[in-house]
Amino acid sequence: MTPMQKLLQLPVNAMNMVKTAQDQMGQQDEAKSPVMTPDGGNHNWYNGEPNDPRHIRFGSGGGDQEERAHLEEGGGSLSSLVTQPLRHDDLKEMLDSNKDSLKLEAMKRIVAMIARGKNASDLFPAVVKNVACKNIEVKKLVYVYLVRYAEEQQDLALLSISTFQRGLKDPNQLIRASALRVLSSIRVTIIVPIMMLAIKEAASDMSPYVRKTAAHAIPKLYSLDPEQKDCLIEVIEKLLADKTTLVAGSVVMAFEEVCPERIDLIHKNYRKLCNLLIDVEEWGQVVIINMLTRYARTQFLNPNMNESLLEEGGGEKAFYGSDNDDDTDDEEDKEEKEKKKTEATAIVKRKPYVMDPDHRLLLRNTKPLLQSRNAAVVMAVAQLYFHLAPKAEVGVIAKALVRLMRSHSEVQYVVLQNVATMSIKRRGMFEPYLKSFYIRSTDPTQIKVLKLEVLTNLANETNISTILREFQTYIKSNDKDFVAATIQAIGRCATNIGEVRDTCLNGLVQLLSNRDELVVAESVVVIKKLLQMQPEQHSDIIKHMAKLTDNIQVPMARASILWLIGEYCEHVPKIAPDVLRKMAKTFTNEEDIVKLQIINLAAKLYLTNSKQTKLLTQYVLNLAKYDQNYDIRDRARFIRQLIVPTDKSGALSKYAKKLFLALKPAPVLESPFKDRDHFQLGSLSHLLNAKAGGYQVLPDWPEAAPDPSVRNVEVITLLERVTTLTSVPEWTKCSSREKRKEKKADKPFYSDSEGESGPTESADSASDTASGSESGSGSEESGSGSESEESNEESESASEEDEEEEGKKKKKNVEKIKARKPVPESESEPSSGEDVKKSEKKSKPRIGSSESESEEDDDSESESSESEEEESEEESEEETKKKKKTTASKPPSKPPKKENKKEKKEMSLLDFDDFDPAPSPSQVTPLNNFLSSSLVTDLEGLSLTDNVLSPTTIIPSGNLKTYELLHRITGEGLSVEYCFSRQPFSPDPHMVAVKIQFTNSATSEAKSLHVEDAKLQSGMRIKEFPEIEVLPAGETISVVMGIDFCDSTQAANFQLCTHTRKFFVSIQPPVGELMMPIFMTENEFKKEQGQLMGMNEITEKLTLEEKCQGEHAVVQRVTTAANLSRVPCGSDKECRFAGKTVTSGSLVLVSVVTKEDGAAQLTVNCEKMVIGTMLVKDIHQALTQ
Amino acid sequence: MINSLFLINPSGEIFLEKHWKSVVSRSVCDYFLEAKEKALEPEDVPPVIHTPHHYLISIYRDKLFFLSVIQTEVPPLFVIEFLHRVAEMIQDYFGECSETVVKDHMVMVYELLEEMLDNGFPLATESNVLKEMIRPPTILRSVVNTLTGTSNVGDTLLTGQLSTIPWRRAGVRYTNNEAYFDVVEEIDAILDQSGRSSTDLSTGTTVQRSWKSDPEVKGQASGVCVCVCVVCKLCYDWLTGTTVFAEIQGVVEACVKLSGMPDLTLSFMNPRLLDDVSFHPCVRYKLWESERVLSFIPPDGNFTLMTYHVNAQNLVAIPVYVKQSISFFECGSDGRLDVTVGPKQTMGKTVEGVMVTVHLPKTILSINLTATQGSYTYDNGTKLLVWDIGKLNPQKLPNLRGSLSLQAGAPKPEENPSLNIDLKIQQLAISGLKVNRLDMFGEKYKPFKGVKYITKAGKFQVRT
Repeated sequence: MTPMQKLLQLPVNAMNMVKTAQDQMGQQDEAKSPVMTPDGGNHNWYNGEPNDPRHIRFGSGGGDQEERAHLEEGGGSLSSLVTQPLRHDDLKEMLDSNKDSLKLEAMKRIVAMIARGKNASDLFPAVVKNVACKNIEVKKLVYVYLVRYAEEQQDLALLSISTFQRGLKDPNQLIRASALRVLSSIRVTIIVPIMMLAIKEAASDMSPYVRKTAAHAIPKLYSLDPEQKDCLIEVIEKLLADKTTLVAGSVVMAFEEVCPERIDLIHKNYRKLCNLLIDVEEWGQVVIINMLTRYARTQFLNPNMNESLLEEGGGEKAFYGSDNDDDTDDEEDKEEKEKKKTEATAIVKRKPYVMDPDHRLLLRNTKPLLQSRNAAVVMAVAQLYFHLAPKAEVGVIAKALVRLMRSHSEVQYVVLQNVATMSIKRRGMFEPYLKSFYIRSTDPTQIKVLKLEVLTNLANETNISTILREFQTYIKSNDKDFVAATIQAIGRCATNIGEVRDTCLNGLVQLLSNRDELVVAESVVVIKKLLQMQPEQHSDIIKHMAKLTDNIQVPMARASILWLIGEYCEHVPKIAPDVLRKMAKTFTNEEDIVKLQIINLAAKLYLTNSKQTKLLTQYVLNLAKYDQNYDIRDRARFIRQLIVPTDKSGALSKYAKKLFLALKPAPVLESPFKDRDHFQLGSLSHLLNAKAGGYQVLPDWPEAAPDPSVRNVEVITLLERVTTLTSVPEWTKCSSREKRKEKKADKPFYSDSEGESGPTESADSASDTASGSESGSGSEESGSGSESEESNEESESASEEDEEEEGKKKKKNVEKIKARKPVPESESEPSSGEDVKKSEKKSKPRIGSSESESEEDDDSESESSESEEEESEEESEEETKKKKKTTASKPPSKPPKKENKKEKKEMSLLDFDDFDPAPSPSQVTPLNNFLSSSLVTDLEGLSLTDNVLSPTTIIPSGNLKTYELLHRITGEGLSVEYCFSRQPFSPDPHMVAVKIQFTNSATSEAKSLHVEDAKLQSGMRIKEFPEIEVLPAGETISVVMGIDFCDSTQAANFQLCTHTRKFFVSIQPPVGELMMPIFMTENEFKKEQGQLMGMNEITEKLTLEEKCQGEHAVVQRVTTAANLSRVPCGSDKECRFAGKTVTSGSLVLVSVVTKEDGAAQLTVNCEKMVIGTMLVKDIHQALTQ
Repeated sequence: MINSLFLINPSGEIFLEKHWKSVVSRSVCDYFLEAKEKALEPEDVPPVIHTPHHYLISIYRDKLFFLSVIQTEVPPLFVIEFLHRVAEMIQDYFGECSETVVKDHMVMVYELLEEMLDNGFPLATESNVLKEMIRPPTILRSVVNTLTGTSNVGDTLLTGQLSTIPWRRAGVRYTNNEAYFDVVEEIDAILDQSGRSSTDLSTGTTVQRSWKSDPEVKGQASGVCVCVCVVCKLCYDWLTGTTVFAEIQGVVEACVKLSGMPDLTLSFMNPRLLDDVSFHPCVRYKLWESERVLSFIPPDGNFTLMTYHVNAQNLVAIPVYVKQSISFFECGSDGRLDVTVGPKQTMGKTVEGVMVTVHLPKTILSINLTATQGSYTYDNGTKLLVWDIGKLNPQKLPNLRGSLSLQAGAPKPEENPSLNIDLKIQQLAISGLKVNRLDMFGEKYKPFKGVKYITKAGKFQVRT
C-alpha cells in the first residue's frame, strides 16, 4: 500500500516496470473486479484490500503470463481493462487534485495514451469531471478525450452536455464554436435533439466561424441520426445562402454528404458560389468544384453537342472495329475527323449552340484555380474542364496537370491515372508535353508503368519515332516488370499505328536475341499478337522465331512460338515439321504449357501435312498419353479422337479442320484506361475503376437545358452587394474586382479606343449619348468630333433612357456648376506659374461640361452598374464581338467607368487592414468627370495597374479632385464629399487639410454632425472639424479637418455621426497629397538633389504624350498629380518641382527633363523611398496619359 | 471524408493513431502492411489500397508512412495533399518530421491533428492559424513549461479575434522588419549518349533490309551483330551526350517577417520567362494574369510563394557535362569505369556541391576506383556509388576511374547504370529570372529586403 502511493507520482512507464516486477514477485494485487464500476469509489475499494484472496484465480501460470503480456503491450484489449485501474490510479489522483498543473500533466499523459492507441476509457469518469475546468489547456485536452470516448460511455458523457450548452451561449465566438464542435462530435444518440437545436441556432450566429462549425456539424448529426435529414436540409439551405467564403466550402461539404440529390438548392446560390470560389479556402474549393461539375451536367447543354453527336456514331464504329476507339488507324481516323468536321459545320449551321452564360461563368471563374498550389484543387478544375468545357478549351488544363507531375510520387500516381484516361479521349492536349512523361530510372515502378501508358496513348505517326527511341532505352532497364510493360507498349503502338508496325516488329525481333529471357519471352508474346494481324507478310519472322526454339527456355515464349508455327504452318511448310521433330525429342522435358502447344502443333500439322507428320504426331500423342499431367493426357486423348479418323469418332473428325484451323480474330491490345471516363475524373472511383461508396454518378448532359432563370437572383444580388461592402472583409472582394478586370481584358478593343478618345473616359454607364453632348460643348479640340458620330450609332441600346436622364443631368449641372465654382477659385495654386493659371482658366468651362455626367455617376455607378455587371459580363463578350463589326471605334463610355471602379476597389484593397470593416463609402466615387480621371491616375500609381487599362488622356487641370466620403443613399440623404484643399492646415502644420462638404439632400435636417471613434493606424492623428449642429434639408456646408497620415497612403478610418446614425467612412490620400510645396532656388535644388542620390533617387524614362509635350503642360500635369511647387530653372528642357512631406518634412524633389520626340526622363528624389516610388508612378501616369 | 490516420514507421509499427469519426480498428493497417511487404522499395507501395470495407490512402514521406482510412468516395488527391500538409506541419512545428520527433511531441501532434480536421474535413491547415491555436515549442518555452507547468496550448485563443485573412495571423509585431526571397531553380534533365541511333527501333528498316536479302542465315547473324556493335560503340563513345529532355523548375521561397498587414508587390524583370506558375493562396491571381506582378499579403514566416516552370521553348543551359564510360568485358568478370565531369554553361559562376550517384548493377562484386578530386563512397549492400566532388575546377577536371569486378560467372550486366548528378550554383538563376523590385504598401516602416538566387540540379540524369 505505501509503496503504491509513492508510485503514484511516477510516470506511467516507470509504473509499468515496477508493476511487472511486482508481478514476477507474485504480488498480484491488481484489481480483480471483472467488471469495473467506473466511479472513483472503486479505487478506494481495491486499495483497501490489497491482498484480496481473489487473486488466486489468476494464480495459474497461463493467466499470469497473459496478464503480463497485456501489461507490456500496453492494453488496448478488453481483458487488459481489468489491470488498468492500478496503472491509472495516479492519473485519477492528479485529475482530482486542485492544481491545474497536475491536471494538465495527467491529461497530457492520457492523450498520449490515446494517440498511441492505448485504451484509456476507464478514466472517463475522472476526466469528465474536469470538463468545466477553468484552465483552457486542460479543457481542450478534456474535449479531445471526450470526443474519443464519449461514444463508448454514453451515460457518463451526458454529464458534460450542460457545459457545452453553456458554452454555446458564450459571448466569445471561439468558445461557441468549440462547444458546438465537441457537442456534435461526441456521437451520443440521446442528445440528437440538443444537437439539432444547437446547429439551428449556430447557423444563424453572427460569427461566420460559428456558422462554419455549424456546417461541419451537419454531416455529423446526419450520420448519427439520418432521420433528421429534413431538418438538416433546411439548415443547409439557409447556410448555402450565406455570403461569406468561410462558410461556403463547409456547407457544400455538408450538402454533398446529406442531400447531394437536392440539386435544386444550388440554383439560387450558383452564381454566388462561382463568384466566391476563388476566395474560398483550398479544401472547400475542391468540394465546391466537384459539386458544381455535377450541377453543370444537369443544367447546361453539352458544349460539344455537335461533335459528340457525331462522336457517338464514330465511337460505335470504333467499338465494332478491330482497333481502339481513338487510336484507330490513322488514315481512318483522319477521314473520320474530316467527315466529322464537315458534318459538324453543317450541324452548327443548323442549330447554333450558345453556351449558357452561367456555364461560361463557371468555366471562367475556375480557370485561375489551375494555378493553385494545392494539387487537389488543380485536379478538380482539370476534371471540371474535362467534363464541361468545349473541346477547344480543355487544353488549358494540360499544363497544370503536367506541373503536378513534379510533385510527390503519390500525387504523380493519381495525376497520371487521370492523364491516362484523358489522353485517350483528348490526345492532342498532352502531345506538346510528351517529354514530361519520359521515364527516369529512379521513378517507382508504378509511376513508370503509368507514364508508359500515357506515352503509348500519345503516340501517333509524327511522334512515334521519338517514342520508340525512348522505349528503346527503357528496354535496357534493370526493372524487368517495367521492361515487360515497355514491350507490351511497343506492341500497342504497333497495332495502333500501322506505319510503324513493321518497324516495331523488327525491333521486337531484334529483342529476341536479347540475353534476358524475360525480355525475349515478352517479345515473343507481343510478336505473336502482332503477327496475328497480318501473318502472310511475315513468314520470315515466323521462320526466325522457329529457330529461337533452340535457345529460348521461357515456357510462355516457347508455347507462343509453337502456337504461331502451328497456326501459320502453311506459311512455313518446310520448317514446321522440323520444329515438331525437334520438339518431339524434348517433349518429356518440357513444361506443361509447352507440351500442350506441342500437341496442338502436331494436330494442326497432321491436318495440313499428314504425309510428313503422321508418324511424328502419333509419337507425340503417345508420349502425351503417358504424361504425368492429366490435362495433357486428356488433351492427347481428345485430339487423337478428333484427328485420327476411327470408326467410333466419325462425326467429329469431319470437323477437325474447322475446329483447329478456324480463323482466329487478332487480339485487341487496348488501354486499361479506356472508357474509364464515365467515372468523374479525379475521384476515388475513377482511380479504382470501381464504384466507391457514396460516389455520385456524373449525370449525362440533358437533352434540353432546364430553365436557366432559376438561377436568377437579381434583387438579392443587389442587396447582397451592398451588404458585402460592409460585412465582408476587404480581401474577399478582390474576386469581384478581378472579375471586372478580367472582363476588361476581354475587351482589348475598348482600351485601344481609349487611346484615341480624350475626354470621355470617365463617362458613366448611361452616357453613351452624353459624350456627344460633351463634344458639343466645344472645349475639347481633338478627337471628340469623330467620337460623337460614332457614339450616336453606338448608343441605340441605351439612348432611350439616357435622354431622359440627360435632361435631368443638365439641370443638375447648372446647380453643380454653381455649387462648385467657388472651390477652384478659393484655392491657391501653389506653383503660381502664369501658364498654369491660364490653362486652368481654359479648362474651367470644361469643368462644367464634363460634370454633365458626374451627377449620374453618383447614383448609377455605385449601384446600378454593380447590379448590372453580373449579367452584362456574360453578354459582354458576345456584345463586343458584334460591336467590333459595327463600329470601328466606339466611344469608350462604359469600360472606363468600370475601370474607375476597379481602381477604387484596388485602392481599398491596398489599404486593407484587418480589423476595419471598411464600409462602402470608403470606396471613393468620383464626383465629376475630369476629377475622377485624374483620380484614376493617382490610384493607378498606387495600384500599379497596367497602362493599357487606364485612360490615356487627362484633362489638364490644376483643380481639386473631389472624392466621395458618404454616398447620398448610404447616408440616408446626407452626402459627404471631400477634397484635399492643398492649403496648410493651420492648427497643426503636420496635418493634411481635408475639406469636407456635407450636402443634406434629405427632407429633414441633419443634426450634430461630428467625427467619432477614429480607428487609425498607429501614429496617425485626426483633428476633427467642429461639430455642425444643424444642417437644414437641401443645404450644403463645408468644413476643414486635418489628418496626419504619417506620410503613408493608409486610409484614415473614422465614424461620421449624425444625431441618428453613424457611418463608417475612410479617407485615403493619393500620395501627391501627402506633401506640401516649398520654395527653393535652383542651386538649393541641385544641392539637395545631390544629397539624395542612390537609393533615394528613382529615375524613369518615359515618352510624353503628344498633348503634353510643352513645358506648360508638363508643369501643369505634375502639379495636378502632386502638391509641389515649381523651382525655377535655366533650361526650358527641364522642369523642377520641390516639396516636402507633410508629416516628417522629408524633401521631395522632382525633375522632368524633356528630350526630342517627346522622350523624357523623370527623376524623383525622396528620402522616403516608398513615397518616391509611388510618386514616380503617379507622375509617370500623369505625363504619359 | 478522412476517417482515421495512422503513422507507421518503416518496420511496420503503428506509433500514432487519430480518429475523427468512429474508431477504426488498427487491424485495418494489415492490408497496408501486406502491400508494404510485397513492395521492394517503400516508394513502390501503392498509394491507394482497396480493402473490403475501407480505402487506404497513404503517403511515404521522411521515412514514415502516413496512412489514412477512408470510407466513402473522396478525391484521392484531396487526401494525399492533406497528408503531405500534415507532414509539412510537423516539420514546420518541430524542425523535422521523423518518428522520434512525433513520439516526443505526441500530445501536441495529436492536438494539431485535432485542429486540422473536423469530422474528417479540413478545418485549419494554414500554419499561421494553427500556430495561433497551438504554439510551437521552443527551448525557452519548454523550460518555462516544465517550471510553471503550463503547456503550449495557446492561451490567447480566447481573445475572440479571428484574423480575416486565413493565412495570416493578426497582430504581428517585429522589431526588425525583413522580407527575404529565395529564388531556387532546379534543372530537370535527361542526358543521353549520342550516336545511339543505330539501335533505334525507328531505323529498324535498315536492319530488316539486310536481313531480307539473306533471310535464312545472315538475318539472324546481322541482327546479333548490330547489337554487339552498338554495345562496343557505346563503350568507347566519349561524346558528351545529347539532351533528351531538359526543363527548369523554380520556386520562390519567402521568409517574411513584417509587422502589421503589409501588402507586398513583387515584380520580375522578365516575367515572360515563366510559362506555368502556381501560387500560394495569398497571391492575387488576376493581377498576375493582367500585369505579371505578384501582389499579396504574405503569411507570417516561411512559405512558398510560387512555383514556376520556365518556358520550354527556351533552351536550357546545362551547366555541366559528363564524360563517362562504363564497360564490362564480355569475357572475364571485369569492367572499367571512367567518369569525368566538367563545366559547360555556367554563366561565369562556380559549380559547387557536385555529386555523382550511380546505382551499380547487382552483379558487381567489388570496385576499385581512384578519384582525382573529392572522395567516393560505395555501399556494397545497396550497390550505391556516391562520388562527392565538391567545387568544380575548370582547369583540372575531376575524374573517377578504376576497375569493377563482377561476381564470378555472372553475366555481363544488360544495361549500364545511369548517373544522377547533383550540383549547386550560388547567386544564379539559370533561367535568367530576376526579381525587379518589391514594394510594400499598407505599412509605414521600411522593410529590409533581400533576394537570393540558387540553381540546383533537380532530377538530373545521365543515361549511359
